[in-house]
Amino acid sequence: MSLIRIENISRRYQMGAEIIYALRDVSLTIERGEYVAIMGPSGSGKSTLMNLLGCLDTPTSGRYELNGVNVSEMDDNQLAEIRNREIGFVFQTFNLLPRSNALHNVELPLIYAGVSTDERRRGALEALSQVGLSDRVHHKPNELSGGQRQRVAIARALVTNPSIILADEPTGNLDSKTGAEIMTLFEDLSDKGNTIIVVTHEEQVARHAERIVRILDGLIASDEKVGKGAVLTAP
Amino acid sequence: MNIVIETIEGLRIALGAIWANKLRSGLATLGIVIGIVTVTLMGTAIEGLNRSFLEAVSTIGADVLYVQRFSWFIDSWEEWIKSEKRQRITLAQVKAVEKHMRMAQAIAPFAETRRPVKYKNRRSDSVTVIGTTDQFQFTKGVSITDGRFMTAPEAEGGRPICVLGATAATNLFLIEPPVGNRIRLGQQLFEVVGVMEKQGDFFGDFSVDNAVIIPLQQFVSSFWHYPDFQIQVKVLELARLEDAKEELRGIMRRIRRLAPGAEDDFSIDQQEMFLNMFKRVSRTIASVGLFITGLSLFVGGIGIMNIMFVSVTERTREIGIRKAIGAKRRAILTQFLIEAASICVLGGILALSIAYPVTLLLKKYLGGAMSPTVVGIALAVAALTGIVSGFFPAWRAARLNPVDALRNE
Repeated sequence: MSLIRIENISRRYQMGAEIIYALRDVSLTIERGEYVAIMGPSGSGKSTLMNLLGCLDTPTSGRYELNGVNVSEMDDNQLAEIRNREIGFVFQTFNLLPRSNALHNVELPLIYAGVSTDERRRGALEALSQVGLSDRVHHKPNELSGGQRQRVAIARALVTNPSIILADEPTGNLDSKTGAEIMTLFEDLSDKGNTIIVVTHEEQVARHAERIVRILDGLIASDEKVGKGAVLTAP
Repeated sequence: MNIVIETIEGLRIALGAIWANKLRSGLATLGIVIGIVTVTLMGTAIEGLNRSFLEAVSTIGADVLYVQRFSWFIDSWEEWIKSEKRQRITLAQVKAVEKHMRMAQAIAPFAETRRPVKYKNRRSDSVTVIGTTDQFQFTKGVSITDGRFMTAPEAEGGRPICVLGATAATNLFLIEPPVGNRIRLGQQLFEVVGVMEKQGDFFGDFSVDNAVIIPLQQFVSSFWHYPDFQIQVKVLELARLEDAKEELRGIMRRIRRLAPGAEDDFSIDQQEMFLNMFKRVSRTIASVGLFITGLSLFVGGIGIMNIMFVSVTERTREIGIRKAIGAKRRAILTQFLIEAASICVLGGILALSIAYPVTLLLKKYLGGAMSPTVVGIALAVAALTGIVSGFFPAWRAARLNPVDALRNE
């Protein structure tokens, strides 16, 4: 059974009198443990695809099975539960809660999962140590560097042991050196068996993945496996 | 389990948000503060009013009937004129009632006038002079703190003695003991034989604090030859008050020779009537109070609603983040409801700390203190106002679409 199975998914938006197709009849399958990059220029529909994959949005038509469960017709609350359990988000702008320290930010998904205080703390500390931030547990986001903030965000994505880690331009707000460090972290996580989907428009970032799906004008333009060594052949 | 964890998280966020926006939250809660101060003061005042009223009314005596020309409750000018035309209650009629009434423990005639009273160079002008008999101590429930009450022979005889009310006694006698000394009433000297306990003075008319009680015979011969008597009848059993009232009415009609079918030309009043009247009045006061309070709380609630809308708009992105990582609608709703309720409860606590000194002041005049009940009601009302006025903004937050919310800058 595939982890993600998308069949003939479309997403339409109404813009005034005009109907815009962000995605047209897209089908895609992603297996457990894969490291996939979704690429495309802005306006291609890659953000829409990411929102659908992340269960933040539902398709206008078509079917989306996540872990064997049809999520395309779920309501707001059911989707929230799926997101909590199955998906860890990493955003371009980190999206941490500014008034909470790293520990509380990482604990947050566990709060909504109803995990007890002690277990929450243990899980959050473990996730923070996985991203190498054990010594920054009580710092607030504004006391951390960009790279550290993104690490906190990754720890928050990891803490519930989700099926997918879904990263949207994770290096977009970082300098190239820090960005590379973050991508190395994703590679480590991939090596440990996590399923990772990175949405990006940067070739540099996409090259870390094992598979690149290119989107153009709401359609999948290409879907290719690339060797892990691809990054090494870059000039 | 989930709801408990979410509530704790909600409380944490709420207090954090309030603390981060201290000035704004403080201003927003001002309306609630004013509303709760009103609730508390109103509650305390009404409670105090009730208590001092009941205290005062107890001096009337629940088991005492009062027969007189003028009813206690005259609603119109016409009624007053009619009462004025009635024939007076004479001493002979009092005697007749004493003779015929069987369901009575004690019957006392009662007549009063106002005279200046002097002791040496001290003078008290508006003292009530009461002419009555020894039975008055039973109908009025008088307690003596010093000396004794008058005796039956004294009431009938001509010896000039008197019993002083507590206020009258302290006004006239500074250092010397009143008992044994003689005070001047009009042209005559009266020996003080006793001083009565203080009764409380919510209705000046019913307490004997500022009164001098003298024997009926002395009163008639020295001050008023044909006074308009009131008859005070203490009934045998409180449970049979109405029966006693009927008996008394029958006797009065007979001795005043009223034709069958003619209207009573006297009035029989009792404490219960006062209680009924008071209940009516206090209901009115309470509902007016409730209305004013409700109004200020309503205005306060609008302020809270407003600030909650601002808070939701400001934190759209935060809501997006929370929803993305798995917060359900209920969690977001709870979070903002708790925030609204917390602002209001903090306002309520502030209000209580403002109201408390004021109630201490009120206590001096009305004898009501801020009770735990009032505190509880005030805080509950505050929380409820928060929840009601926070609901709409919180609902809006809960329904936000996570994609749009995350895109919000």
